[in-house]
Amino acid sequence: MPTSDSAFITALNLVLGLDPALLAIVTLSLQVSLLAVLIATLIGLPLGAALALWRFPGRGLLIVVLNALMGLPPVVAGLAVYLLLSRAGPLGQFGLLFTPGAMVIAQVLLILPIIAALTRQQVEELHGEYAEQLTSLGLTRLRRIPTLLWDARLGLITVVLAGFGRASAEVGAVMIVGGNIDGVTRVMTTAIVLETSKGNLALALGLGLVLLVLVTLINGAAHLLGEMARRRLG
Amino acid sequence: MTTLNQPLTQAIPSLILEEVSFRHRGQPLLAPVTLRLDGCHRTLVMGPNGAGKSLLMRLAHGLLAPSQGRLHWEGETPRQAMVFQRPVLLRRSALANLTHALAVKGTPRRLRKALAREALERFGLAALEARPARVLSGGEQQRLALARAWLLEPRVLFLDEPTSALDPAAIQAVEAAVDEFHRHGTRIVMSSHDLHQARRLADDVLFLCGGRLLEHTPAERFFTAPTSTEGRAFIRGDLVVSPPPP
Repeated sequence: MPTSDSAFITALNLVLGLDPALLAIVTLSLQVSLLAVLIATLIGLPLGAALALWRFPGRGLLIVVLNALMGLPPVVAGLAVYLLLSRAGPLGQFGLLFTPGAMVIAQVLLILPIIAALTRQQVEELHGEYAEQLTSLGLTRLRRIPTLLWDARLGLITVVLAGFGRASAEVGAVMIVGGNIDGVTRVMTTAIVLETSKGNLALALGLGLVLLVLVTLINGAAHLLGEMARRRLG
Repeated sequence: MTTLNQPLTQAIPSLILEEVSFRHRGQPLLAPVTLRLDGCHRTLVMGPNGAGKSLLMRLAHGLLAPSQGRLHWEGETPRQAMVFQRPVLLRRSALANLTHALAVKGTPRRLRKALAREALERFGLAALEARPARVLSGGEQQRLALARAWLLEPRVLFLDEPTSALDPAAIQAVEAAVDEFHRHGTRIVMSSHDLHQARRLADDVLFLCGGRLLEHTPAERFFTAPTSTEGRAFIRGDLVVSPPPP
């Protein structure tokens, strides 16, 4: 297997040699995806909790739509953001297209439904158990949101991880709105696509390995965090 | 509990139920109840399983709204708390469970920890403050629920079969806690199907069977001469099975 051998060696050389171009790509990848996860979490957790607590007409439909959006194809999300940000689009004046900012926006759009929908599920289940006690203590619905989010924290770590997994793995959205510009908007997934299409399979595979290791590390850290909390809580 | 040190000077509002009934999905679960709870007594709500004890307590506490009839407090609605059969504790430390209740109540942040520790001490939980509430034993959990209720400084405390899942030592601790509340001027409304417990605690008894309120009498009279047939059978220790609700 000469290809995979050389791919592995190429990857090792790139990583151990701290190749500046590679570092830039890795850093941008992490920056974009982590920022997107942060924003989507800040919006998605309270939104999901609110959806679990409030009853209003159209709630069922909203939940169905949100669940459906969990499977939103990245290229469609990318296209929507492209249309919004393009020169002629409603937000064209900000000149965000083909910047990392546009990539963050597209990824937020992709993972917000995942985080909100899964949070809704978890909080609703927990509230089933807590409702009487919280009513007895006199908590308003608004006051229940922080209480329930904090008590659901173990499950919510997994929810946020699901969002991060989706953000770091997708290529369609960042490709369309970022444009894979070398040194500006090139991230790991778009670089892999490019190198593959150029026939540079070894480099593509090397990048893929780096991506895998990074995602595994972040998931491992989150898992440890969850385990520590679980052990502390019994 | 500073405010509860001079409570007896200020009367506890009476709870008045007028023809209060409850249905669930068209199914009547509680026949119209007319009732008045005055003073600072310890009222025991008695009856077999399915008699409607929990339902009546939830209506009184305001967790459920009556399907028909009127339920109100004479005068201002008093501060209340409720302790459930299976305590619902937050997934946090024992101490954090109490500071959360204080935060909801509006106690300034700087006072919360000291007050919470004082309550843990009072209910013999001081050594367990850092323990996650969910890993405490059943008896400790119920005491923590009582400590939380204590911090709310209720004028009326509802307890729904608080000892039915506990061993004798834990039952004793809960009953001592109920006494402590009562001594500090809190009105007690507690459900139980344990006659011995009722004899130990009750000032007056509400006896329910099959979703009907059959008696509301002073404890002495209920235990010696209950007026209803079901009540007599219950006191004799016969197995009274609650008939299906009205």
